[in-house]
Amino acid sequence: MTESVASATGKPNESRLPSSELRAKRRRVRMFKDKVSKVGITSAGYGVVFSLALIFIYLFYEVMPILKGADVEQQASFELPVAAEQGNLEHLIMERYQEMGVAFTDQGQITFFDAFSGAVEHSESISDITDAHVSSFAHGENLGGLVGFGLDNGEVLFAKPDYELNFPNDQREITPSVAYPYGNSSVVLDPQGAAIELLTVQESTRGRAQAMAVGYTADQRFVAARVSTRENLFTGQLTSQVSRFELPGIPGTPKSMIIDKSFRNLFVADTDGHIHYIDLSSPNAARWVESVNVTNDDITAMEFLVGSVSVIVGTSEGELSQWFLVRDEDNNYSLERIRDFDQHAGAITSISAEYTRKGFVATDATGGVGLHYGTSSRTLFLDQIAENTLPHVAMSPVDKAIFTLGSDGLVTNYSVWNEHPQLSFKALWNKVWYEGRAEPQYVWQSSSASDEFESKFSLIPLSIGTLKAAFFAMLFAMPLGIMAAIYTAYFMTPKLRGVVKPTIEIMEALPTVILGFLAGLWLAPFMESNLPAVFTTLIGLPIMMLLMAFAWKSLPENLRNRVPAGWEAALLVPIVLLFGTFAVVASPYMEVLFFDGSMRQWLTDNGITYDQRNALVVGVAMGFAVIPTIYSIAEDAVFNVPKHLTQGSLALGATPWQTMMGVVLPTASPGIFSALMIGFGRAVGETMIVLMATGNSPIVNFNIFEGMRTLSANIAVELPETAVGSSHFRILFLAALVLFTFTFILNTIAEVVRQRLRARYSSL
Amino acid sequence: MKNWFKSGAPWIWLTGGAVTLSVVMVVGLLGLIAVRGFSHFWPADVAIIEINEPETGATSRLMGEIVRTEGMTAAAAREAGNTVPEDRELVKRYLIKQGNRDQFGTDFVWRFEFGMSEFEYTEGVYVIERREWGNFYGFPTAIEIDGETQQTLADNPEDFHEAVQSAVDTSVEYHHRIRNIERGEIGRINNEIESLRLQERQFQLDGLEGEALEQATAALDVRRAELEAEYLELRNELDALYEDMHRNTLRMQMVDGAEVPIHFADIVSITMPNDMNALQKWGEYFHRVWVFLTAEPREANTEGGIFPAIFGTITMVFVMSILVTPFGVLAAIYLREYAKQGPITKMVRISVYNLAGVPSIVFGVFGLGFFIYFLGGNIDRIFYEAALPSPTFGTPGLFWASLTLALLTLPVVIVSTEEGLARIPSTIRQGSLALGATKSETLWRVVVPLATPGMMTGLILAIARAAGEVAPLMLVGVVKLAPTLPIDGEFPFIHLERKIMHLGFHIFDVGFQSPNVEAARPLVYATALTLVALIIILNISAISIRNHLREKYRSDSD
Repeated sequence: MTESVASATGKPNESRLPSSELRAKRRRVRMFKDKVSKVGITSAGYGVVFSLALIFIYLFYEVMPILKGADVEQQASFELPVAAEQGNLEHLIMERYQEMGVAFTDQGQITFFDAFSGAVEHSESISDITDAHVSSFAHGENLGGLVGFGLDNGEVLFAKPDYELNFPNDQREITPSVAYPYGNSSVVLDPQGAAIELLTVQESTRGRAQAMAVGYTADQRFVAARVSTRENLFTGQLTSQVSRFELPGIPGTPKSMIIDKSFRNLFVADTDGHIHYIDLSSPNAARWVESVNVTNDDITAMEFLVGSVSVIVGTSEGELSQWFLVRDEDNNYSLERIRDFDQHAGAITSISAEYTRKGFVATDATGGVGLHYGTSSRTLFLDQIAENTLPHVAMSPVDKAIFTLGSDGLVTNYSVWNEHPQLSFKALWNKVWYEGRAEPQYVWQSSSASDEFESKFSLIPLSIGTLKAAFFAMLFAMPLGIMAAIYTAYFMTPKLRGVVKPTIEIMEALPTVILGFLAGLWLAPFMESNLPAVFTTLIGLPIMMLLMAFAWKSLPENLRNRVPAGWEAALLVPIVLLFGTFAVVASPYMEVLFFDGSMRQWLTDNGITYDQRNALVVGVAMGFAVIPTIYSIAEDAVFNVPKHLTQGSLALGATPWQTMMGVVLPTASPGIFSALMIGFGRAVGETMIVLMATGNSPIVNFNIFEGMRTLSANIAVELPETAVGSSHFRILFLAALVLFTFTFILNTIAEVVRQRLRARYSSL
Repeated sequence: MKNWFKSGAPWIWLTGGAVTLSVVMVVGLLGLIAVRGFSHFWPADVAIIEINEPETGATSRLMGEIVRTEGMTAAAAREAGNTVPEDRELVKRYLIKQGNRDQFGTDFVWRFEFGMSEFEYTEGVYVIERREWGNFYGFPTAIEIDGETQQTLADNPEDFHEAVQSAVDTSVEYHHRIRNIERGEIGRINNEIESLRLQERQFQLDGLEGEALEQATAALDVRRAELEAEYLELRNELDALYEDMHRNTLRMQMVDGAEVPIHFADIVSITMPNDMNALQKWGEYFHRVWVFLTAEPREANTEGGIFPAIFGTITMVFVMSILVTPFGVLAAIYLREYAKQGPITKMVRISVYNLAGVPSIVFGVFGLGFFIYFLGGNIDRIFYEAALPSPTFGTPGLFWASLTLALLTLPVVIVSTEEGLARIPSTIRQGSLALGATKSETLWRVVVPLATPGMMTGLILAIARAAGEVAPLMLVGVVKLAPTLPIDGEFPFIHLERKIMHLGFHIFDVGFQSPNVEAARPLVYATALTLVALIIILNISAISIRNHLREKYRSDSD
């Protein structure tokens, strides 16, 4: 090779080639470049494939923690720093930063201690305030932290742990103290002065500070008192107002009781396994409503979940169940057993509710600890972690730690990982009985302003909404897209096809935000005021087209032959335009004639809800977005059917339509199928149109005149506002993962079908 | 008849009807956007209408532009709480833009036709575009300076109009100067003060203590004092400008006879549509189009222009193109030229193609979670520690939006490039190899240049898709109002961490989140028209490149 080049130059003796060394070097450089290019391209290829796979992996990784249960790990253990003469422990709580614990005793001693060493930080006794002895103790909801001491002179003293936060040198420093929010003296609960044997207290957080105490006296009467305080703006002096009530008795011996935050409902557990419900909504005429049998054994623990709507009841058999008041059709409330949790091995000894979620921790007599969650009825952790019985347990206000007190006097501090208890397969996909609802329902309601809110994470309304939107879109797009594809590919003259196909295909690139905006701001009001026109067009237009066909056929032949076959679509343009105009113009007259002037009102009168932004609007707008997708792929499939097949059929005497139905469609049907799959996938994932053209209300029905909320729109609405890493955040990732997987599978099926079809065409 | 049905001819007509309907809808949609969008800029005449209230018998006068008319049934009108004469079944109503929102409370009113007099188009009506409160319609009476009448309309109308126009020009100029000072110079000072703060914080983070820290910060303090002095000077200048600007007022008379003073400082422009001839109107029309495309939005985006949105869209798409092109092309070359063509490659290829069909919101979720919170959070921790806790890259911004869209459009580029590569006849490749070229030389010198049009097509399609995509952008960096453009004169000139505005999101935001929907509606149509035009141009060029390419290779390979 090189020689011939050299000789061609005509100077055989003097080679112009670089020396062999140089050539070898250059060759090495070239080989090196070749290698570099190969490695570079390969790694870029791998990188791209990996980064696309990363989408799936990452979404999955964000969703994974949902499935995890809870972890409990021991952090510290120490002797309860309360001397025997200070009394027995009644109540144990943990402070917000999990640095401190508080112990309340039956002698009125309140001790703050370090959560890791047990060193006493502060201790004081209510004996500084009152000379009476403590005869009973009660605590209100954990979040407020109110406790009450029932005294043997018929009085009650309210107290509350208080913390002062300081940040000297950027270090947190907590100074604990005891506050007496309802005055530094006890409040008379029983005017007759009998000792308070049982007590319950609760504080209302709505409006000004108010507390309610209900006591059961030694002489077996129920007495109640409501205390409210007002602070003088100038002197800072507290004046309190007390109103007292006498309550009816119950058929049984009370053992413990709790009152809710609205001061309307009192629940009393008795010694033979019943709970009595006393209605306090008008405290002067309080009435005993009913008793329900919880268990044939003993009720050993009873606590409210946060919000004081649900009652958790634990029995001597280790059973745990959730109860709340359910309203029937006649507006009567009755206490219903809502759900049960996994059974503990021994009698439930103590229950402590989470501060801001509907979960709780329970301990039992065999040393078992269980973390349970109301809404999802999940038991996230249940294990025997101590040797002996655990009479007390305290939940941290941020759900990240618990204290247990064993019968051996040891306090143990456990760290807890329990981030996503409210999610479970059941909570996401089954009906759930939410607090305050009459029956189990599918509800999506992810957030609210209040801490006591029960998040309702049912994916059913969103999935139904997604399918509903996609269904109506396909209902509109499928016939139009396929029929248009058939006509364009098979009947239309090539000249027209060259214009029509790109015109429809360019719509695929039209931003959906524009379709959504037109649907929401133009189409929705237009349809609302021209409802009859919509239906006239739907029914009338095909009929008009057939009439046109008939009229055309009846025309004299020489006139007909002026327009060759394949131009039918063009001939129909005036028909479509005229009929559309006619429908709109006639619409108000039809309303006056048939619907008393307003079809919308007529629908409402007949029991059909009508929203302005509804599934019909979405169906048309999203159908519009899907038509080009379906059309383009289906047209390709029909057009590529080998010509010899159709020619054979026509030669045997079949009409063009018969050839279409008998030969072309069966051959192209896999292609049309994949067109539909891809169109459906697009409709399922479409965001902007549904976001703008529906009311975004998560309802569960298929009414064409109502809106919906889809998975994708829900993500767009809620994701920017959730806390990173929260359950809500992860559930939105789950929604994205569901969308991703679903459309990916649809598209894969479609793609595989298409490839097979291509192979078949080439073999035909 | 029966045979006719049996032959299937009617069904052919029916399928033809489907095509007709689709095309009519497409054309109708584009037409609707075009008509509404283009008419936004037309300086419409201002009508004066006298209305006899049917209930009270009182007469009221109304002045404004007729926006549109609508027919409805009397029943529907009554249901909405209107009194309609008994004998009517259908009524017509007008939407009138009466402006003067600060005076009347609403600037758009619906009025029924009954009781209306003929519309009068009196000459001499001023349409004042204001910086706040929307348009003002009325008759001018006098110019005042410091509350004293300077010139009245009655004296000499010609001179008066001229004086008004020149006063408006002056105030607009003042406005520009104020803006330049506020945005430009004061903005620069603020930026520098902020960077001084960050430097100081960095010193602390570096563990400097005691004297060393004091020494280091002393220089900063000196600079800060300088900047503050500079700021004070500018502030004084600004105060003087503001005072000057607010001295002149224009007294306007509304249609009901009440007089309202309007500061020239609040006026953007004044037109007299009823006095204009067709030529002047067209002049004004194009002026408004120009303003719309180049001005910044005002009044919660419902007035003014869309320049930041256009600029943001283009910048984002530009950054995206830089990101997506090399990776898309390399991946396609790998799949087509290097990967072993087996079942695994086939699977990978199908998966990559399918990603084009995955809902775009999913990419947004991924971008928010992975790019912003994970990558961005880590970048902040490593490189921008001093600025924490306020995030630099750990928050939605231009770069993340572009990266997310790059991922979204990657399949488009890969598919197109692969198609381009596949169309190159293998004889060309073999020829090159036979001449002794290495594989990479063949690739880079022969195959890739031939496939460039394919890549271009892919890139243009990717750009078209990215320009119209909104759902993922809502999560990863697009905001309704960005205070600054992503590219400016400050180092490093292109600010990848800034939030941007976007045409598509602008449509969503103005159309659906705006408090004054009627005022926003024409603007949304105009914005939509801009976006549609942009995308259709991009797509048509992509299609023509592709067709051109096909023709070329068809002849080459023959």
